[in-house]
Amino acid sequence: MRKDGTFIAVEVEDSAAADAAFAQKLTEVCPVDIFAQEPDGSLRIVDGNLDECVLCRLCIDADRDPAHPAVKVLKLYDAGALLV
Amino acid sequence: MRFFEYEAREIVKRAGIPVTDFGFATEPSQAREIAQRIGGPTVVKSQVLTGGRMKAGGVKFADTPEEAEAYARDILALEIKGHMPRGVLIDPKAEVAQEYYAGVVWDGPRKQPVMIFSPVGGIDIEQVAEEQPDKVGRRHFSNILPFSEFMAKEVIASTGVTGGALNKLVPILTRLAKVFVENDMTLAEINPLGQLADGSFVALDAHMDMENEARGRHAKLLADLGVGSEETRQAREATPFEIAGEEVDAQDHRGVAGNVTEFDGNLGLVIGAGGGSLTLFDAVRAHGGKPANYCEIGGNPSVAKACGLAKLVLTKPGVDQIAVMMSIVSNTRVDIVARGVIKACLELGYDPARKIAIFRIPGAWEEEGFKILEKYGVEYADRSVSLNEAARRAVEKIQGVAA
Amino acid sequence: MSILIDAQTTFIVQGITGREAVNLTRECLDYGAGAKIVGGVTPGRLGREVHGVPVFDTVAQAVAHHGAAIDGSVVTVPPAFTKDAVFEAIENGIKLIVIVTERIPRRDVAQMVELATLRGARIIGPNCLGMIVPDVVKMGGIGGPARNAAQAYTPGPIGVISRSGGMTTEMSSTLSAAGLGQSTAVSIGGDAIIGSTYAELMPLFEADPQTQGIVIYTEPGGRMEAELARWVTENESRLPIVAFMAGRFMDEMPGMSFGHAGTIVEGKADTASEKIARLAEAGITVAERIEDIPGLIAEQMQARGTPTTAAAQGGLS
Repeated sequence: MRKDGTFIAVEVEDSAAADAAFAQKLTEVCPVDIFAQEPDGSLRIVDGNLDECVLCRLCIDADRDPAHPAVKVLKLYDAGALLV
Repeated sequence: MRFFEYEAREIVKRAGIPVTDFGFATEPSQAREIAQRIGGPTVVKSQVLTGGRMKAGGVKFADTPEEAEAYARDILALEIKGHMPRGVLIDPKAEVAQEYYAGVVWDGPRKQPVMIFSPVGGIDIEQVAEEQPDKVGRRHFSNILPFSEFMAKEVIASTGVTGGALNKLVPILTRLAKVFVENDMTLAEINPLGQLADGSFVALDAHMDMENEARGRHAKLLADLGVGSEETRQAREATPFEIAGEEVDAQDHRGVAGNVTEFDGNLGLVIGAGGGSLTLFDAVRAHGGKPANYCEIGGNPSVAKACGLAKLVLTKPGVDQIAVMMSIVSNTRVDIVARGVIKACLELGYDPARKIAIFRIPGAWEEEGFKILEKYGVEYADRSVSLNEAARRAVEKIQGVAA
Repeated sequence: MSILIDAQTTFIVQGITGREAVNLTRECLDYGAGAKIVGGVTPGRLGREVHGVPVFDTVAQAVAHHGAAIDGSVVTVPPAFTKDAVFEAIENGIKLIVIVTERIPRRDVAQMVELATLRGARIIGPNCLGMIVPDVVKMGGIGGPARNAAQAYTPGPIGVISRSGGMTTEMSSTLSAAGLGQSTAVSIGGDAIIGSTYAELMPLFEADPQTQGIVIYTEPGGRMEAELARWVTENESRLPIVAFMAGRFMDEMPGMSFGHAGTIVEGKADTASEKIARLAEAGITVAERIEDIPGLIAEQMQARGTPTTAAAQGGLS
């Protein structure tokens, strides 16, 4: 899934987004509440908070497999550059 | 936070300091009832948070309850220096033999409270200090040890007062010190402190100021007095624009984007931090600019807050463009503020490049911030452009004043 | 040399697990030689670590763990708990306390300062960002992350004292850009009552051989500037002082508070114009604009026989 704010977009691989344990982890680490969980435990991206992203990388660091990151943070003001 | 006289006198009374049998009225008929209860001549005093009541006609002497009612009607409708009265205080007209002064204030550099006493009361104590310095006694006291009676004796005696008066004054000063300390006052003053014909003392007027930061721990007293938490008791009432600014700042707990003060110019300011705002506001005016507002950003506010503040200023009647300027930031982030002010423009349907006259916030995360500003074509400046120069450019661009 | 702190200064952070305190700890550890933060205190969090700094329940535990007296503490706990935290630091032998917390009632501040004085300790703040010795150490959030602090602050002969944390950095950055580094920059706090005023820090700068001039940032409200003017006159200071006064517009708005809690015009002596007059009488130059400061201080240092890069360039304004 992918959600776009004005300045920041967040993309999460569908299989990762369906993983309740991973969704919970993302919800916990994000300091500005961009992530939440649906009633079934799957990931929900909170549109209203996308532009509050502080580029802290905690969601990227929380990834299950750092070699194949399931979470991408894109800077829309910088031609979609990826936060690394 | 300043108290009205009727509240200050209630505080004094609760502390066990003798007061007159006063009453508070918001209706002329109540004033008559109080005057009837008192029986005899009364004084009707406007309850406003400003000085110069006597001169403005806000204090009248009534011989009968009917007269008290008539004066109350006049005074309740009388605006004094932009303030409408909260009500009127009805006081028995006391036969005063001598007026004294007693007050406690902070001495900033000494970092201690100071008790000030004078046998010359009823007028401004600063005037007495200038004209009759030997009639003003001062006694600093510890923040840790309690105010003791000997201190009261020392300060009273230092002005030449002795005999029965000295002994009668000691408990009054001691209790006043207690009022000051226990209620987190920044000013606790009884002036005049009247000495009656029988030698006894009574507080005839009182001024109390409580520190805003301490209001939370005096909730009971404030509730007893009927002071609502929404009452700011500033030098002037908050305007709807300023109240909207408070609401922006209260939307979340991250940082500050508020402390808005309304001015009547057309140059919209989104500025910070504390010292930077003061410096920038001066600079704008020095270049002939007419600010529409003062405000402060600091402590790393959310994008939403910065956006809310910018929207508020942008939608103020008369404001066409805003200047976004801060002293070098280290906690607040340049990119977050940039996102906020640009978002405000976009959400209002404006082109940020046209609405933001200049963006001068250097410091933390400026690389990201400048990228955002470039993307939207907003003119920005780094730290090589001084606050003063940024203010000059803002004035020139928004008001066309050649600075 | 510097005042108050140097590379050897050990300190703790009280309230270390709070959001801002975590950042501040990181910043201080990263800056210069790396601050010697020997512990942090948050009641109930014994055994945790913040950026490798061990967390304790009490200051006493931190002192015991360190095995020697600890020089300082940065206090970042909420206003209702600050007095207790500062008393705890003082009673555990800490001699230098930086209070970051804002909105502390002044009775509490006055009590903390009085106890500190009795115990021979010093308080900086409250409502301040602490101090920095450029390229060496910083104690508090002053200058922000190490990289940002390094951009603004450089070593040199100027002592900076400021009632505004942000303006400490703005002025130091302006000085640095003109080739005038700082010996120590101190953010003293914006409240009506603070632990260390200009006049109380002057003797320390006076005794510091590196310091050759002083730059201060001032505001309306309070008597601190008058106190400095008196100190300078009475002590025949060797150090030239350049002051910048912000908030001149407030003279027209008595009773209104702007910027900091202590910034309010309550009487004539509080006004910007009155303060400017007092400072000028004492021989302190009052700059009209921040960018004029380097040229003015360089000129005065040169007049007193101190060679500076900026003066050698013939002034800067």
